[in-house]
Amino acid sequence: MIDRRLITNFDWTLLGSTLLLIFLGVLNLYSASYSFSSGSTPVFLKQVYYILMGLAAILVILQIDYKNLERYAYWIYGFSVLLLVAVLVVGKTGGGARRWIGIGGLTYQPSELMKLSLILALAKYFHNRNNIGGYQLRELGIPFLLVGAPTILIMKQPDLGTALILLSLFVTVVLFARVRLKSLIIAGTLAAGSVPVLWQFMKDYQKKRLMTFLNPEFDALGSGYHIIQSKIAVGSGKVLGKGFLSGTQSQLQFLPEHHTDFIFSVLAEEWGFMGSMVVVLGFLFFILWGVSIAKECKDKFGTLLSFGIVAMIAWHFLINIGMVVGLLPVVGVPLPFFSYGGSFVITIMMGIGLLLNIRMRRFM
Amino acid sequence: MNMELYSREGISGAPSRLFIFSTIVVIGALIIFTRLWYLQILHGDEYRQKSENNRIRIRPVQAGRGMVLDRYGKVMVDNRPAFDVFMLREDAKDFKGTIMNVSGMIKSRPEDIEATVRRDSPFIPVRIKKDIDRDTLATLLTNKLDLDGITVSIEPKRSYPHGTLASHLFGHIGEITEKQLDGGGYEGYRMGSLIGKSGLESKYETYLRGVDGGKYVEVDAAGREVSVLKEVDSYPGNNLVTTIDLELQRVAEDAFKDKAGAVVAMDPRNGEILAFISSPAINPDIFAGPLDPQEWNSLINDPMKPLQNRAIQSQYPPGSTYKTFVAAAALEEGIITKDTAFHCNGGYKFGNRVYRCWKKEGHGSVSLHRALVESCDVYFYQVGLKLGIDRIAEYSRKFGLGEPTGIELSDEKSGNIPDKAWRKKRFGSPWIEGETLSCAIGQGFDLVTPLQLLTAYAALANGGSFYQPHLAKAIVGPDGKVLETFQPKIKKRLDLSPETVALLKDALQGVVNEPGGTARSARLEDITVGGKTGTTQVVSMRADKRVKGQDLPYWFRDHAWFASFAPAEDPRIALVVFIEHSGHSGGHAAAPIAGKILKSFFDLEKQRKEGTQGEVKVEVEREAKAEGEKKPVSTVSHSPIPLPLPIPDSPESD
Repeated sequence: MIDRRLITNFDWTLLGSTLLLIFLGVLNLYSASYSFSSGSTPVFLKQVYYILMGLAAILVILQIDYKNLERYAYWIYGFSVLLLVAVLVVGKTGGGARRWIGIGGLTYQPSELMKLSLILALAKYFHNRNNIGGYQLRELGIPFLLVGAPTILIMKQPDLGTALILLSLFVTVVLFARVRLKSLIIAGTLAAGSVPVLWQFMKDYQKKRLMTFLNPEFDALGSGYHIIQSKIAVGSGKVLGKGFLSGTQSQLQFLPEHHTDFIFSVLAEEWGFMGSMVVVLGFLFFILWGVSIAKECKDKFGTLLSFGIVAMIAWHFLINIGMVVGLLPVVGVPLPFFSYGGSFVITIMMGIGLLLNIRMRRFM
Repeated sequence: MNMELYSREGISGAPSRLFIFSTIVVIGALIIFTRLWYLQILHGDEYRQKSENNRIRIRPVQAGRGMVLDRYGKVMVDNRPAFDVFMLREDAKDFKGTIMNVSGMIKSRPEDIEATVRRDSPFIPVRIKKDIDRDTLATLLTNKLDLDGITVSIEPKRSYPHGTLASHLFGHIGEITEKQLDGGGYEGYRMGSLIGKSGLESKYETYLRGVDGGKYVEVDAAGREVSVLKEVDSYPGNNLVTTIDLELQRVAEDAFKDKAGAVVAMDPRNGEILAFISSPAINPDIFAGPLDPQEWNSLINDPMKPLQNRAIQSQYPPGSTYKTFVAAAALEEGIITKDTAFHCNGGYKFGNRVYRCWKKEGHGSVSLHRALVESCDVYFYQVGLKLGIDRIAEYSRKFGLGEPTGIELSDEKSGNIPDKAWRKKRFGSPWIEGETLSCAIGQGFDLVTPLQLLTAYAALANGGSFYQPHLAKAIVGPDGKVLETFQPKIKKRLDLSPETVALLKDALQGVVNEPGGTARSARLEDITVGGKTGTTQVVSMRADKRVKGQDLPYWFRDHAWFASFAPAEDPRIALVVFIEHSGHSGGHAAAPIAGKILKSFFDLEKQRKEGTQGEVKVEVEREAKAEGEKKPVSTVSHSPIPLPLPIPDSPESD
C-alpha cells in the first residue's frame, strides 16, 4: 500500500517533537483545568480525544500524495468559505460571538479550517503562475480576494485573532512567493491606509482591548484585567515555578480563559523561567525544522504549502506568547499544542500531517 | 544544489527568504526570552509578592428564581435567603484549629468537615454546611476572628409562605446532574446550579430560572471580604402566574380536612385548574433545602403514601360516576331513549349470579332520568349488557378516560378502560359477559384518576369541548409585566348530540336537586349544581353480611366520589372530590364537601365582583402576622405582586 521509500524517508524528528509538545500541552492543561469542571468529562481528557482525532487525520493525510491535493485546493477553499457563511447564518453563539456550527452534539469552528484552506489556495495560485522576477500588483488581485472574503466573514463573527492570523499568513506567503519591490511599496502604502477602515469594522470590545493594551492599569478589572493577571502569573513563576498544580493565579481562576488563549501563563507560573524556556526552545526547534522541510522540497506547490503551514504555527506561537507576556494586545490567538479547543487541535494536526507528507515524498 | 532546483521551479531566491523568515522567528523568540527574563527573573520577587497579595476572589451570585403566583398574583412559592457556610483551605492559617472552632458552632463533626474540605482544591471554597439558622449565623459572625477561611454566603432558597397548601403542584428543585450537563441543552448552567426536578418547577424551568451573576471581591489575608471590586448583576427569573385561586384552594383544603384523597376544581370553559389538592400533603420545605435521609425514608415508607399525587396518580374504579358515560353511549347508540324503562327489584339475575342494586328493596320501574338521579344499578346492568363492553369503552375514551389528560405535571397515570382486546392482551382469555355488568356501574377493571373524571365531567358540562387541563396562566417579569399568556387548548370534542347532552345534564342536576337524588347534600340555595356520586367498593360483600362502612378496617373501606359542575345551565366551575377509604358513600362523604367548596366559589366570585378586595387582603396580612414568629430572617415580602389584572382571559372558544 505504502511505498517502502516513504517509510524510510519518514520524518521521525518532526513527529517526535510534535508528540513531545503535545504531551507537555496535555500535562499543562490538566493542571489548568484541575480546579474547575464543566460536566463530568475533564477538559484535558476531551483534549486527548481531539488529539486522537488529529492523529487519525494525520494517518489519513499521509495516504494521499500532497501533489494530488492541489487539484482540490480551490474546492477545499470554497467549502471552507461556505462553512463560514453557514456560521453567520446558523452558527452557535458563545461568549458574545458566533463562531461555531453544531454537528450532532459537537461544535466545530470553521475559521480554523480556513487557515489551512487559505494556505492551500494560495500555494496553488502561485504554483500555477510563474513569475521569475517577482509578482506584480495586478497578479496579487486574486490572492487578495482569496484572503479578503474569509477575513471579512470572520471579522463579522467577530473573531479578531483569527482574522489577524489569516492576514499574517497572506502577507508571509505572498512575500515568500516574491513580490516586485515597486509593487511592495505601493501595497504597503495601501495597507497602511486601510487601517482606519479596519478600525471601523472592529467591535467595541476589540477596540477597547487594543486601547487597554496601551494602558492596562487604566481599566484594571475590565479589559485590562487579563493583561495584569497574566503578567502576575508569568512573573510570579520566577526561575523554577510554583510547581505542578500549584499555580495560585490559575488555580484561583483569575484568568477566565486560562485554558484556551492564556494557557501559557499557567505553564510559566507553575514551571517558571526554566519551563517556559523549554517550551519556547521546543517551538523554535519545531519551526526551524519545518523551514528545512520547505527548503528541501523540490516542487513549488509543496514548498509554498509547507512554508505556509510553518508560518501559521510560527505566528500563533509568537502572537500568543507575546500577548500572554504583555508584549502584544489581547487578541484571541491560541497556542498550538497547548490551548484547549477541538477545531484548533485538529487544524494544527492536519497541518503537521501535510508537513510529514511533503517531507516523506521529497525524493519522489 | 537545492538552490538550482528552486530557481528552475520558479521561486527565485527562496532559500534566502526562508533564512530571513527563520531569523525573524529567532528574533521573536529572543524577544520572548528577554521578556520572560524581565518578568520572571528581574521582577520575579515583585510579581510573586503581587500574586500572594492577589486576593481577588470570584464569587458567583445565584439569581433569584421566579415566584409561583396564584391567578390573582398572590405568592404561593417564594424565595428566602438561606445561609450556607463555606471554607477555603488556602485562607485558613490554622486549618485544624479553624475546623475545631467551626464544628461546634455548626454542629458537624470535625472529621466530616475536614473530609469534605479536602475533597476539593485548597483554592476553592467548599460548602461545609447548608442553610444554617439565624442563631448559628449570629454565632459565626461574632466569632469571625477565630474562623479564618470561613465564609457565609447568602443564596436564595425556595420558601412556601402557605406551608403545605397545594404542595403537590410545585414539585421540587435540586442541583443539576452531571448527565444533564453533559447531555447538552443546558447552556448557562454549571455544577451546583439549581434546576426544577418535578412539577411546575420543572415544566416551567426556562421561565422561572434567573441569570446568575458574580462578583469580584477583594479579601484580606484571612479570606475575609474587604471590598467588592466588580459585580455582574444577576437577573431574577420570571414569575409564573398559575390558574390556581389561592382563596378557593384554602377553602377547599379546609373543607377536605385531613382525609386522604384528592380535590380538583377547574373552569370548564377553558381548562384552567382553580384548586388542586392531593391529601395527605407533603411539606414542600423538605425539598427546598438539603434532603434529610431520615425524613425522606419516613416519607417513602409512609403507608399513606404522601408523595403520591393522588389527583393524577391514584387510579381507582369510578363507581357510579361512570354511569353518566354509559348513559351517553346508550343514548348515542340508540340503545335507549329517555323513556326506555327497566324494572329494578333490588337485583338482576345474570347467569347463575344475582347482581345486586345498592338499594336492597329496588327502584321499581325506572327510566334514564330516575336511574341516574337515584343511581340505579340494575338499570345500568341491563343497559351495559345491551351496549357491550367495547361500546362502553369507546365512549369512555371519547370522554378522555384511559389516557393522561396532559396537565403539566410529571408522571400522570392513564387509568384503564377495559374492552375485549384489552382482556385478551392482559389475561389471554376472552371477555366474560358478567364483567360487563360490573364495568357498567364502574366497579370492574375500569380505573380513572380524579383529574380524568373531572375533565370528562367538565367536557359534558360545557356542552362537549374537551379542554386540556392546565395550571399556567401567564408569565410575568420581575417588574410585573406580562410576557406571555397561555391559551386554553381544546384537545377534542365529545361529538354528542345536543339532546344527549341536555338529557344527561338535566339528570345530573336532578341528582343534586330532586327528591331521592343521591347528592342532595351538595345543593346550593341560589345556584343549580349538577353532579354524580360514586362509591367504590374495595371488598365485595354478600347482602346478608353487610357491615357499616366505618366499622370496617381502614384499608377495606369504600372510596367516595363526587363529580360536579355549577351553575348547571352555564357552568363556571367543575369539581371532583375523591375520598380514599372514606367508609361512606359518595353522597354522604364527598358531596357535602363539594357543596361547601362550590358555595365558597360563588361567594368569592360575588365578593370579587363587588370589589371587596380589601377583605381578602386583610386576611393575607393577618396570616403573615401569625407566621411572623416562625419566619426565618427574611427580607422578602409575601405581599401580592401587583399584576395588571385581570390578565386578559383567552378568548372562549367552542
